[in-house]
Amino acid sequence: MATEAHGEATGLVFHPMDQFIVRPLFRDIVPGTCNPATGLTDGCVRWYEPTNVTLWLMLSVLAIIALFMLGTRGRALIPSRVQSMAELSYGMVHKIVEDVVGREGLKYFPYVFTLFCFVMFANLLGLIPMSFSTTSHIAITAVLALLVFFGVTILGFVKNGSHFLDLFWVRSAPLAMRPVLAVIEVISYFVRPVSHSIRLAGNVMAGHAVLKVFAAFAAIVWVAPLSIVGIIAVYGLEVLVAVIQAYVFTMLTCVYLKDALHPAH
Amino acid sequence: MENEVVAAVASADWGKYIGAGLACIGMAGAAMAVGNVAGNYLSGALRNPSAAASQTATLFIGMAFAEALGIFSFLVALLLLFAA
Repeated sequence: MATEAHGEATGLVFHPMDQFIVRPLFRDIVPGTCNPATGLTDGCVRWYEPTNVTLWLMLSVLAIIALFMLGTRGRALIPSRVQSMAELSYGMVHKIVEDVVGREGLKYFPYVFTLFCFVMFANLLGLIPMSFSTTSHIAITAVLALLVFFGVTILGFVKNGSHFLDLFWVRSAPLAMRPVLAVIEVISYFVRPVSHSIRLAGNVMAGHAVLKVFAAFAAIVWVAPLSIVGIIAVYGLEVLVAVIQAYVFTMLTCVYLKDALHPAH
Repeated sequence: MENEVVAAVASADWGKYIGAGLACIGMAGAAMAVGNVAGNYLSGALRNPSAAASQTATLFIGMAFAEALGIFSFLVALLLLFAA
């Protein structure tokens, strides 16, 4: 659908989901032609190939390194703008960890801060026109969420032993209610990585798809001004969503970490 | 383009387009839930503004939980359109 040029002013000129297609950087492929069963693997993205996803993941890592290298280079008493950004983000996440997990959670602050920076930069770099929003892919966010899930589960058992299972056996509830609550708690525990990853990917993907839908309407002359206003408004909302989702991702990581360290309700 | 769409819909899978549309009703629930969280936060914050700042984290967590279920319906719609 995307490859056909539509001269008429009706319908979508391009498909709003086309922006999420993973393509190799140095090779043109026709999307959807990968079929290993028939031996036609020219359309497949090979595992070693640099793609637009890996490019933008790399760029977001480089942007984080640049921010903190430049920010901490001067170590001025009166911070420059870059230094303020670095210090404020550090202080904000430090405060989240301290408030939600407590002081003993500060041991895990580096990992939480890494997650926050990575998600935030991936979200914000994805908002640059013609770039690729890596966090719109569940494959990327699921890795982050599963790392948190397994890390937190292992940590819970290491720190509390079998007492970690108190998380599911709610001792403050009446005895008759506990088996029912245990089932609910177990389900909600295993849905965590799903909702954790899909919340981020879904928000980013939906926002970008909406942007592209408005962009497609810009091809119709008499709707174009309205569409451009719509793009600007949604773009502003998306900047907000990018930061809030990074914040929420971090916050939920802290909540899960708190559950692992203090499993009793 | 239009013939193509009509042919695609008529051929086999009109059911999944209807299903994807129905899945979007889930958004109504998420909208009400998020509105409820924000509204209750605001009414509480206006009664006791001094305690409001300490509860913004809870606000965002509540919104995130409410929103996640709406995003599940979005996911169902996407699965129906692109994976089913």
